[in-house]
Amino acid sequence: MTSNETAVTPSGGEHDVITKDRVVIRFAGDSGDGMQLTGDRFTSETATFGNDLSTLPNFPAEIRAPAGTLPGVSSFQLHFANYDILTPGDRPDVLVAMNPAALKANIGDLPHGAVLIVNTDEFTKRNLTKVGYEQSPLEDDSLADFQVHEVAMATLTRGALEETGLSKKDAERAKNMFALGLLSWMYHRPHEGTERFLREKFARRPELAEANILAFRAGHAYGETTEAFAVTYEVAPAKLEPGTYRQITGNTAMAYGLVAAGQTTGLPVFLGSYPITPASDILHELSKHKAFGVTTFQAEDEIAGVGAALGASFGGALGVTTTSGPGISLKSETIGLAVALELPLLVIDVQRGGPSTGLPTKTEQADLLQAMYGRNGEAPLPIIAPRSPGDCFHAAVEAAAISVRYRTPVIVLSDGALANGSEPWKVPDASTLESVDPEFATEPNAPDGSGEFWPYLRDSETLARPWAIPGTPGLEHRVGGLEKADGRGSISYDPDNHDRMVRLREAKIDGIEVPDLTVEDPSGEADVLVLGWGSTYGPIVAGARRVRNLGHKIATAHLRHLNPMPANLGEVLASYRTVLVPEMNLGQLALLLRGKYLVDAKSYTKVSGLPFKAEELQDVFLDYLTGTHPNTTGTSTDATAGTNGSGNGASLGVQA
Amino acid sequence: MSTDLGLPSIGGGLDLVPTTDAKQTAKDYTSDQEVRWCPGCGDYAVLAAVRQFLPTLGIKRENTVFVSGIGCSSRFPYYLNTYGMHSIHGRAPTIATGLAVSRPDLSVWVVTGDGDSLSIGGNHLIHALRRNVNLKILLFNNRIYGLTKGQYSPTSEVGKVTKSTPMGSLDHPFNPISLALGAEASFVGRALDSDRKGLTEVLGAAAAHRGSALVEIFQDCPIFNDGSFDLLRKPETKDQRLVPVRHGEPITFGPEDDTFAVVQRGFRLEVVKAADVDPVEIMVHDARNHELAFALSRLSDQDLNHTVTGIFRNVDRTTYDDAARAQVQQAKDNNPNADLQALLNGRDTWTIAG
Ligand code: SF4
Repeated sequence: MTSNETAVTPSGGEHDVITKDRVVIRFAGDSGDGMQLTGDRFTSETATFGNDLSTLPNFPAEIRAPAGTLPGVSSFQLHFANYDILTPGDRPDVLVAMNPAALKANIGDLPHGAVLIVNTDEFTKRNLTKVGYEQSPLEDDSLADFQVHEVAMATLTRGALEETGLSKKDAERAKNMFALGLLSWMYHRPHEGTERFLREKFARRPELAEANILAFRAGHAYGETTEAFAVTYEVAPAKLEPGTYRQITGNTAMAYGLVAAGQTTGLPVFLGSYPITPASDILHELSKHKAFGVTTFQAEDEIAGVGAALGASFGGALGVTTTSGPGISLKSETIGLAVALELPLLVIDVQRGGPSTGLPTKTEQADLLQAMYGRNGEAPLPIIAPRSPGDCFHAAVEAAAISVRYRTPVIVLSDGALANGSEPWKVPDASTLESVDPEFATEPNAPDGSGEFWPYLRDSETLARPWAIPGTPGLEHRVGGLEKADGRGSISYDPDNHDRMVRLREAKIDGIEVPDLTVEDPSGEADVLVLGWGSTYGPIVAGARRVRNLGHKIATAHLRHLNPMPANLGEVLASYRTVLVPEMNLGQLALLLRGKYLVDAKSYTKVSGLPFKAEELQDVFLDYLTGTHPNTTGTSTDATAGTNGSGNGASLGVQA
Repeated sequence: MSTDLGLPSIGGGLDLVPTTDAKQTAKDYTSDQEVRWCPGCGDYAVLAAVRQFLPTLGIKRENTVFVSGIGCSSRFPYYLNTYGMHSIHGRAPTIATGLAVSRPDLSVWVVTGDGDSLSIGGNHLIHALRRNVNLKILLFNNRIYGLTKGQYSPTSEVGKVTKSTPMGSLDHPFNPISLALGAEASFVGRALDSDRKGLTEVLGAAAAHRGSALVEIFQDCPIFNDGSFDLLRKPETKDQRLVPVRHGEPITFGPEDDTFAVVQRGFRLEVVKAADVDPVEIMVHDARNHELAFALSRLSDQDLNHTVTGIFRNVDRTTYDDAARAQVQQAKDNNPNADLQALLNGRDTWTIAG
C-alpha cells in the first residue's frame, strides 16, 4: 500500500498530512455496536467528498448474536480512492476494532504496517476469555507488526456526554459515533451530512441526536488535540466521468429501477413479496414510493407473493416479486405458470449462500442454474444479472422492458454483495430512459375473420402473444397452466401442438434481442479471456488491471444477459486460447458455456460467502498467463481452484 | 406503533364494477368449451346455477373474472365466457388477491375444491379471508380427491377407505365453516349443489358483500364419493337434518307438523323439538354475531347430523384492497408532483465537471 503514497506534506500544524491514492478502512465490532451505521455514514461522507468508493458490509444472520463473541462480529469495509475503483478492497489499511472479538476475527486480514485502532474499554479479562485470548494482545507483542492506537472510546464518550444527563449505558452506546468522528478527522471527511443525518434519525428524541453529535465531535477533537495520532491522510476526489453522482446500494438501485420501470412502461407497479434476507430492503424501499403508483403487498408466504404479482399482471399491472434463493425454490411453480401464461412478471433474486437456509447474510452466485432450469418442463425465461450496485437500476428497467415486450417472466440475478454494497452512482437522466408501450389488445384478432379473440396468436416478429386485460369487451378468454392450442389458446392435448408450443416458447426467448458482448483487451493481443457475470465484475476487472500493469495481456468480458446469451458469444469464446470463468459457485456458467458452445472453459470457483478479492484473481490470472496453473495445458477436466489453491495470493508473491 | 388509517367506508361488493343495461342471459356467459365433468357430477348443477345467476348482477361481462386452482371444479372458468385463469394447485386466492387489489373495477371469483383450498392451499385461504380482499371464494366440497382418482381429502370423515387409505383414513377433517370463521372471514355461507334457490341466494349475498366471501358448496362426486350428501337430499332424512338459517329469523326446521328448533344450552346450541320449548327460547339468527355463527357451524360433526345452510356470517369490515388503494391515493395526494428524477437524485449528490 505504501507504494500508493505520492507525497508527504507537513501540514504546518501538529499533524502531518499524507496524501494517498486509495485507502481501505474496516470498522468491526459487536452486532450491537452499530458498525453498519458507522460504515454507512463514513461512506456518505466519502461520497459527498467526491472519492470513488466501494463497500462490503459483513454481518451475522442473527439479529443479536451473543455479545462479545466471534459469531457476533459485524464489520463494514470501505475502499475509497482518487480514481475509479472496482472492489471493496482486499486488505484493510485501517482496522477499527471495538472489542476483542472484532480484533480476533479481523486481524488475519491486515497487512503488515496497517493502522489498528482499538477500543481498550472492551478488553476486559472476561471479554478476552470469551474469544480465547489468554492474555490481552495489547499487552504482548503479537501486534508488533501494526501501528496500534489504543483509545478508551467508551470512557471518552462517557466523559464527553457527562453534561447530557444520559445514563452511563446510554452514553456509551454513542461510542461508534466517537469512532466515526475520529476517523472522519483522520481522513478529512466533511461533517455536515452526518450531523444532519443524526438530527433526522433522532428527530423524535432530540437528546439522543445531540448526544450522538457530541460523541462524533468528541472523536474528532480527540484526534485533533491529542498527540496520539501523528498524521492525517488526504485522498483527493476521484476524476470520474462528468455528471451528477450519489451514493447508492444495490437494493435501493433495484427499487428505484422498479419505480422507473412503472414510468417507462406506463404500468402501475405491483410488488408481491415476503420478507427474506438480503432482499427485504427492496420491499421496504418500494413501500415508500406509493406516490408513483406503486402498490406493495406483503404476502403470507413466498408463493403468495409471486401469485399476487402474477394476478396483478393478468390485470394489466407490472407484477414484481423480490426474494432470495429459498424463495425462488418456493416460487418455481408459479414462475412456470407465468411461462405458460406468457404474461409479464419480474422476479428479483438477491442470491445468498445456499443450499437451503445456507448463509442468509453472505453472498453467492449459485442460483444461476436454478434460474435457468429450476422449473418443471421446458420453461425458458430471460435472465439478466447486474454487475454493480448502481447497475441494479438499469437491470430492473431493462428486465421490465423485455418482460412487457415479450410477455414473459424475467429473472434478475442480484446478490448479497450488490444488494448491500454501495458505490458512487452516476444518476441517470430519467428523461432518456427508453419507454415501452405495453400495447394491450383491444380488438378481436382471429385470422379466420370469425371475430373471435385468439389469445395465443403470436406477433410474427417477437413471437409475443397479445395481452388482453379484463375489462376489455369482446376479448374475454381463459388462460391457464394446461397446454394451449397454438393460436386459438383453448386446451389442447394434441402431441404435435405440444411439440410446437414447447419450441415456440423456446424460440421466443432465444429470439430476444440482446446486445453483443464487448471484450476489453487494451493490447488487442490477449489469448486468455476472463468471462464473468454479475457481481464479480469489480474484482475481475481490478485483477485484470493489475496483471496488465505487470506487463501481461489479458482480455475480459462480462455477461449481463445469461439467457439468451449474446449472439456473438460463441465467436468470442472461440477466439481465445483459454477462457477462464471465475464464479462464486462451483462452475455453473462454465457448465452452460461448455454445453452450449463446446468450449473448454476453465473455472475458478469460490463459495466462501465473500466476494473475490482483486489480489486473489490477479494470482489466478497470472497462473493462467504464465502457464503455471496445473490445468492450463491439461485435459478437458474442469480446472477448479479451491480457496486453498492458487487463490490465496501467495503463489507468485506478486503484489500490486 | 400503529397509526390511524382513516379507512375508506364500506360499500357493496360490486360498487366499482361497471354496469350494463343490456339484457344478459345464461347463454352469454357460456363459453364454447365442451363441459367435461363425469356424468352426474354435482359441478354441472353449480355451473348451471352460476350461469343463470351472473346475468342478474347487471355488471359488464368483461369485468367478471374467475380464477381457479387445480382439481375437477377448477375447470370451471373454461366453461364461462368471462375472463378466467385456471392456475396452479392451491394458489388461486393469491392470484385473485393481486388482481382484486390492482383492479377495483372487476368482480373477482375464486373456484376451488376441498383439496385445493384446504390442503395444499390452506395457507392462502385463511390469509385471503383475514385480509378481507374483495373476492368471492366458491369452495366445492365433495370430501374427496376426484381429479387424482379418489384419495381422501381434508374434509373426508375419519376412517374413510380410499385408494390411499385402504385401512381407513386417520386424520381428523376440517370443518370449512368453522375454519373460515376462525380466519376472521367477514362473509361465510353454505349451500347444496342441487339447491338452486338456496345457492343463488347465498351467491347473491356474497356478490353484494364488499370483502372476502367464502361459500361452501356441498357437491356430489358420484364417481369417487357417491351419495356423500344423500342424507341432506333424500326426502326421508333431509327435513330432520337441513337447518336453513336466515338473518333475523328464528332458527327452526323440519316438517310443519314436527318442527325442530335451535336453542342455546350453556355455551352451545342444541336442537330440540319446537313444541317442547317456549318460543322465546328459540335462537334468532344474527349474521353479525360471530359467536353464534361459530356455534352454528358446530351443530354437527362429520356426520351431517344437523347441517346449517344459508349465511352464517355477514359483517362489514374495511377491505384490504380498498385500504391498499387508499394508501396509494393518499401518497399521491401528499406528493402530487412525484418526480422520478428527484427520487433518483436523492438528497446528497455531487457533480463532477467535464
Ligand atoms: S371425479 Fe367426481 S368431482 Fe370429478 S368430475 Fe367426476 S364426478 Fe365430478
